[in-house]
Amino acid sequence: MKNQDETIGWSRTEMAWRAAQDIPDSTYVNLGVGMPVMVAQYIPKDREVIYHTENGLLGMGPVPPKESIDLELINAGNEPVTALPGSCYFHQGDSFAMIRGGHIDICVLGAMQVAENGDLANWSTGVPGTVPSVGGAMDLVAGVKRIFVITQHCTKFKEPKLLQECSYPLTGKKVVSRVYTDLAVIDVIDKGFKLVELAPGITFDYVQSKTGATIHQ
Amino acid sequence: MIDKRVASLEAAVSGIVDGATIMIGGFAAAGSPVELIHALIDQGSTNLIIVNNNTGSGHIGMAALIENDRVKKIITSYPRTANSVVFPEYYKDGKIELEIVPQGTLAERIRAGGAGIPAFYTPTAVGTPLGEGKEVRSFDGKEYILEYGITADFALIKCKTSDRYGNLLFDKTGRNFGPIMAMAAKTTCAQTSEMVELGEIDPEHVVTPGIFVNRVVTVPKPVHESVYIEQGRVYP
Repeated sequence: MKNQDETIGWSRTEMAWRAAQDIPDSTYVNLGVGMPVMVAQYIPKDREVIYHTENGLLGMGPVPPKESIDLELINAGNEPVTALPGSCYFHQGDSFAMIRGGHIDICVLGAMQVAENGDLANWSTGVPGTVPSVGGAMDLVAGVKRIFVITQHCTKFKEPKLLQECSYPLTGKKVVSRVYTDLAVIDVIDKGFKLVELAPGITFDYVQSKTGATIHQ
Repeated sequence: MIDKRVASLEAAVSGIVDGATIMIGGFAAAGSPVELIHALIDQGSTNLIIVNNNTGSGHIGMAALIENDRVKKIITSYPRTANSVVFPEYYKDGKIELEIVPQGTLAERIRAGGAGIPAFYTPTAVGTPLGEGKEVRSFDGKEYILEYGITADFALIKCKTSDRYGNLLFDKTGRNFGPIMAMAAKTTCAQTSEMVELGEIDPEHVVTPGIFVNRVVTVPKPVHESVYIEQGRVYP
């Protein structure tokens, strides 16, 4: 029997849509691999957003049709992309100067765990023997002005991902601004997690019961 | 006369000795100088320290360099890619050393090395396992860690256009680490798809000034790494 938990709250595309509504006009945005890249599809049409991909392109456009794929034109997730009119290429030194120097407005990332003080763990479970891979995640959270996390509220083993403290190795300390889950939108403020919005049909008590830290109303 | 053109891939990688530190351009398959890497495998030097953002794919290029037991240590940001099949086995068996570096710190360490900056403070990795044991200093109330520049004996990079001075233009996101690695190596070897006369590249458009480049070999039709992967090619 299918667990009821899997069918309530926002779907993945609804989560991406909800996050997209919070991306303002005229911003430079970096989207992480996976669900974060879906956010680009749902930006309201009257907003102009320039996408940065840390492997060296500002003005990234959607995946091209197969016949026009260029193998030297990819995003940070190693997928073929396009370069829109007005875009530019640059080397890794410049790309991370944009990131670390605070020139990128918003980064949307996935997460394994988020702590109530904004600590983020999204690069390693710390299990011995696995190959650690960090890429640009630590630079992005250290330098981008606002870090949005988009993630399922709980792991596939039904364990909360929003916690008092992360148990996995950190990507950055006190870096997350806002979290979009299948159950709610939650801000990280000085005193901890604060509810912004509940998914349709979801109660506050339910979200709280699936969260490993206090959510302030 | 200044002429950085060399006649062959073999000449481009000559003089690399055992134990050398070599920077290799590329982000995943984009910008990977596959022909130069294969020439390095043919050349035979071993015990190499490699600086590359990844660890190669399939059994060609970077992955083949590892699989041919040439690499002692790799300095990288993202070794765990979808097609990386060789590195994980070598790592698991303790046959290769790994230094994992955040991508932006890796880029800045290379850039700093090439710019005569021995070390710098960065906010990246503060409070994380990759910042552990590193010197911490506060500036305006915010913490930063000390990271050191990296230089190399050789850099192997891929570009699209060059002249005989070594002024380079790159190909889209294939640019990635090429320009900064060119700065940081004692001997930078570039493979180019096309060689043009002096003056044909508008000085306003030059991406890597020739002063950072030592050898250029023309590979008119480079085979992209992902094409070899599809073919299931193993090198040599």
